[in-house]
Parts: sequence; structure tokens; C-alpha cells
Amino acid sequence: MVKENAPLDIERNLGNFAYPETHTHDAGTGLSEKTIHYISDVKEDPDWVREFRLKALRTFLSKPMPTHWASKDLEAIVFDNIRYYLSGGTQPKRSWEDVPDDVKRTFERLGIPEQERKFLAGVEAQFDSEAVYSNIKKAVGEQGVIFVGSADGLKHHPEIFRKWFGKVIPTGDNKFSALNSAVFSGGSFIYVPPGVKVKHPLQAYFRINAENFGQFERTLIIVDEGAELTYMEGCTAPKFNTATLHSAVVELVAMKGAKLQYITVQNWSNNVFNLVTKRGLAHEEAEVKWIDCNIGSRLTMKYPGVVMKGRKARGEVLSIALAGDGQHQDTGAKMVHAADETTSNIISKSISIGTGRATYRGLVHIPKHLKNCKNNTECDALLINASSRTDTYPAITVRGTGNSVQHEASVSQVSAEQIFYMQQRGLTEAQAMSLSVNGFVNDLVRQFPMEYSVELKRLIELEMEGSVG
Amino acid sequence: MDQLIIQDLHVSIAEQEIIRGLSLAVPKGEVHAIMGPNGSGKSTLAKVLAGHPDYAVTSGSVLMDGENVLELAPDERARQGLFMAFQYPSEIPGVTIANFLRAAVQARLPEGEELEATDYYAQLYKKMDLLDMDRSFTSRSVNEGFSGGEKKRNEILQMAMLNPKYAVLDETDSGLDIDALKVVAHGVNSLRGPNLGVLLITHYQRLLNYIVPDQVHVMVRGRIELSGGKDLALQLEEKGYDWVRDDISEPALA
Repeated sequence: MVKENAPLDIERNLGNFAYPETHTHDAGTGLSEKTIHYISDVKEDPDWVREFRLKALRTFLSKPMPTHWASKDLEAIVFDNIRYYLSGGTQPKRSWEDVPDDVKRTFERLGIPEQERKFLAGVEAQFDSEAVYSNIKKAVGEQGVIFVGSADGLKHHPEIFRKWFGKVIPTGDNKFSALNSAVFSGGSFIYVPPGVKVKHPLQAYFRINAENFGQFERTLIIVDEGAELTYMEGCTAPKFNTATLHSAVVELVAMKGAKLQYITVQNWSNNVFNLVTKRGLAHEEAEVKWIDCNIGSRLTMKYPGVVMKGRKARGEVLSIALAGDGQHQDTGAKMVHAADETTSNIISKSISIGTGRATYRGLVHIPKHLKNCKNNTECDALLINASSRTDTYPAITVRGTGNSVQHEASVSQVSAEQIFYMQQRGLTEAQAMSLSVNGFVNDLVRQFPMEYSVELKRLIELEMEGSVG
Repeated sequence: MDQLIIQDLHVSIAEQEIIRGLSLAVPKGEVHAIMGPNGSGKSTLAKVLAGHPDYAVTSGSVLMDGENVLELAPDERARQGLFMAFQYPSEIPGVTIANFLRAAVQARLPEGEELEATDYYAQLYKKMDLLDMDRSFTSRSVNEGFSGGEKKRNEILQMAMLNPKYAVLDETDSGLDIDALKVVAHGVNSLRGPNLGVLLITHYQRLLNYIVPDQVHVMVRGRIELSGGKDLALQLEEKGYDWVRDDISEPALA
């Protein structure tokens, strides 16, 4: 329904609560070599990691803020005011009983570990900088699957970890990947041995509890030849008055014939800067699929990518972005074709409400020497109010013969007639809007695991409740 | 007696008066037809009854079983039992008829009460059988890519599922071939009964061969100029609307 400046007060009550801070480790505000040494000391980093961090800090400091496309809003981040490391301890608990009470209450309110009992093969829960709980079902562990925090991964599985760490996304990829490389803490390390098909998803849950805090988790997932894995992450933070920064780096490696699906449902509160670098490397006949749902945050800049390195590799990004009043979802996908017969698919749907702005950026790269590569891109935007905004910036470079690319974009608006029609059947304006939005994303959501599609539907309803006057 | 009563209704859109002192009563259990030439304000009447936001009611009242519906939002009117079959129903991409109707039925339940899926589908299939509809119909997105006939059948199915007290059918026959017309008429006839009042808006008499009305009203220039039994429709068919116009002594507009 087109309405000028409809008021919007987004209810995000599920995640909007905070417990008093009881951190035993606090690196203080601001970022310097001292901060890095503090983090390395507390985490008992091996020397190579300390060196890696220090080098990354120099890269971070030397790199300018992204300016060529980024929103001016990025300038609102004051790096000196951010706290880079906060934890109540560095050892995640294996038993839920051992998790400290306030943290336990936090995750119980968010439905963890209830979900673990129901349908997950393993869970990791991160509270501010460190994982507080990490558990994998025994049967999955016995298949040789490793699912631990990144700190555990680099200490106890260095032979696999070092081989891939920072290789898919080098430190200097962008300013925020450099920042993450300097101060990373938490995140998951997963290794699935050849041929192992993990039946149920593994899940990580990221929770920011402290104000002025930066969360910099680092996730590295390697799925070996012919193996399969689905990984899901969820994110929340309470509403604070000042900005909070979430800047993760996620690297995926799918070896020959492997299948890896990475699902994100982000529900950050609307003062979080969410600047995340995510990329997967797909070897021969491997498949990397990102399912990315961005709801909330003040500004999200995230373009999950797949580098298709081996013949017949496949990359896919399915994304849904919902930009509420005052929010900017700057999302998209990067598909880099680097071998013959590789195929990629991007389907992006965005919804802008009130003064919300959704931007799609898509990069598709197929160099001249390759043969029989295919890309399909579809991006659809739905505008709810007259003040809502959407932009599409495709960057498609396809050279050579025998490669094909297809790009379709559409912008639609929820029409007053459509809302009236639904109201005439007895639905309130908010119910009508949320049904219409759910219909818009329906064909994508159907591909999500059941639990996540139900969650997403509920989140959309909450957003729409607040979007009508 | 329960009825839908429209009293001295005046309606404007963009300062222009479209309905000019219209009065009409549809008792529950009866089917009343409104006929009239193009531009007489028939469709405006339907939209105003349903509460479309583009129209301003400047005076008059609409009472449904004694309650003033003009004070209610469109969705409240609907939940109170007023249904309108649209002349041009909207598409709702990605939402199946089954899910749409389920949301509409759910909206009629008291707060906190969840619609039981099995009960809902049992009810839905019963109505679909009544209307001779294929089960696969409701798994399609609402009106998306529908033919004119399919859209109208969808309206009738919704009417059957939502059990209204009063139904306003706005030009339900427009754009239908004779077979589709029969199907729609069969639907309306099978829903006729002591608990439903129907206001049938149509331009052509032919629909009334299949849905025989209790009363026929002729609407010209925003008001009812002539009312009578079902034979009035036949007279109109024979003599045309000019006959009514000539019959009206309205020197101010002549």
C-alpha cells in the first residue's frame, strides 16, 4: 500500500533483551597493536596466528574505507569507540548444564538448545567474542566430522586449518576482511571427511550482548571429496542506543563432488553495522549454495560469492533482504567462473518498507578462454511505501563464445487494490501486507528447511505489523 | 427482519457526486438485482458498501442487520458478514487460494483460536465439490494468470467458504461466455437460502435467466428509479434503458 512516510516501529522483541555484562576478559576500546597482543595472549594463539593478526592490522590501517560504491553511512563507524574483544572465558562448554546461567537464559529465550534436540546435528553458540557452548551429536562425531570453534580448529587441527585459512578470502580482500583477520574470535571450524553425508544441519548461533561491541567471528568450513553438509547460522542482538559492529569472514571449501549449503537468517537489531565477507571455493563438480536472509541491521553490506574453480562446479545464491524503515540492505552475489562448464544461479528478492532501501549488486565474471559456462540471475524488488527505495547494480562480464548469461530484474509494488481485495476478505491491513510479502518470497522460501521458513514467515509478519499506521 | 438497508446515500469521488440519494433494502433470504446503464454508479455502490477508501460518503447510512457499517473498516465489514465479489479481482502472486482462504477463515475466529487444518480442508473440499471444482484449483496463486471465468469462480468459491450474511456481486457476468456464466449462476444458486441476502449488480439481463431475482431495481444517474419483480428485467431487455430514462421526470437534469 503506498503511503507517504508511514510510521514504522519494528518490534523485534524476541532478541531485544540484554543481561548485565560479566566479562572476565575485555580488550578495552579502540584498536592498536596492544589490542592484538591482548587478544592473542588471552586466546593463547600460536605465534603464526599472532603474526597473521599483526600483519592484518597493518593492512586494515593502510586500506581506505570502501568509497566507490559504499553508503556514506559507513563513515558513522568510529573504530576507536568499539570494543574488540569481550569474553567470560575461552573454553566452550560441552554440556548445556555448564553454561553460565545468564548466557544459558539468553539462548534458552532464543530457543536454543531446544532446536538442537529437535533437528540439528550439532550446535555452537557464541556470546560476544567466544563460543560458550559447542556440541556435536555423537554419531556425527564418530563419522570423523569436526565441528569446533575457530580457536580450537587452529590449535588442534592445524594441518587442515592452515591449509585453507585466509586462502578463499585473503586478508587484503577488503578493509573489513582485514579488520576481521586482525581481531577475529569465535566462529566455527568444520571439516567433513570424504564421502560423509551429514544428514542433519549443523548450526551456529551468534549473539551480541554488549554495547559498543564488535563481533568478528571467523568461520572456515571444508567439505572433502564427495561429502555433504548443511550449515545454518542465526544472529541477534538487543537494541542499544549506539552502533554495534558485526564483521565476519566466512570461507567455504567444497572439494571434488562435494555439496555445501550455507544458510543464514540474520535478525540484527537496527543499530548493527553488518559488514560481512563470505565466499566459497567449489572444486570440480562441487556445489556451493548460499541461502541468505537479511532482516534488520542499520546497514548490511554482504555479497556471498562462489569461485567455481573446477570443471562443472556449481554456485548458487538465494537471498532475501528486508529493509525496514531507516535501514539499508546492500546485498547481492559474486559469481566467479574459473573453469569450463561451470554454472551459477542467483535469485535475489528484496522488500523495502517505509524509508528502507534495498540495493542489489551482482558480479558475474566469465573470462574469454572458458567454454560452456552459464549464469542465470533474477532479482525482484518489492516496494511497500512511496518512500521506499530499491536499486540494482549488475556487473556482468562475460567474454568468449559458448558462454551464456541471463539477467532478469523486476520491481513491483504492493498495490492499494490488492490490499483492499484482501481486506474485503476479512484480513487486517497488516495481515494483508504480510501475506502479500510472504507471497512475493514464497518460491524462494520453499527451498529453505522447514524450521527456517516458519521463522522467516514469523519475522516478516512482525515487520509488517509495525509497518502500517 | 434482518436486512441490508441503504438510506439516502450520497457518494462522491474527487468532488464529483456519483451516488445521489440512493435508498434500497435487501432482506436476508432474497436476491435483488440492480440493473442500469454504464456510468449509472452501480460499481461505485458495490465498492462503497465494501468500504473502498477512494470514495467519500457525504451523507446517508448503510445498516446491516441494524449495525451502521459505514463506521467500520473494510476488513471489519467483511468479518461482520459482508462479502463482495469483485468485477476485477486482484492477483496475489505466490499466495495459493487455499492459503489465502485459510487466512481469511482464520481471521474470523476469536483471538487465540487456531484453525484446525484438517477441518479447514474438509470444509474447503466440500464447497469445491458443491461448485464442481477441481481440487487442483486451490493450489494455484490467487487470480494469477486466471481466465475471466476462473477469476469469477474463485470469487464464488470464496463466497461459499466465508458464509457471508450479505453478498454484493459486482458485474459477476462481465467477460464470461455462456458456459462460464452457467457455472457461476449454479454457484450462486446453490448458496441461496434463508441466511443470505444477495445484491446482484449487472448490466445485462441474461444473467437473470440463470439467477432469478426476487426483486429488480433500475439504477440511473446514482439513484434507484424503478423497482419491480423479475419481469422488470425482461421489460428492460425489450425496451432498453432509455425507456426508464424517458419515464423519469427529472427536469433539473433534462
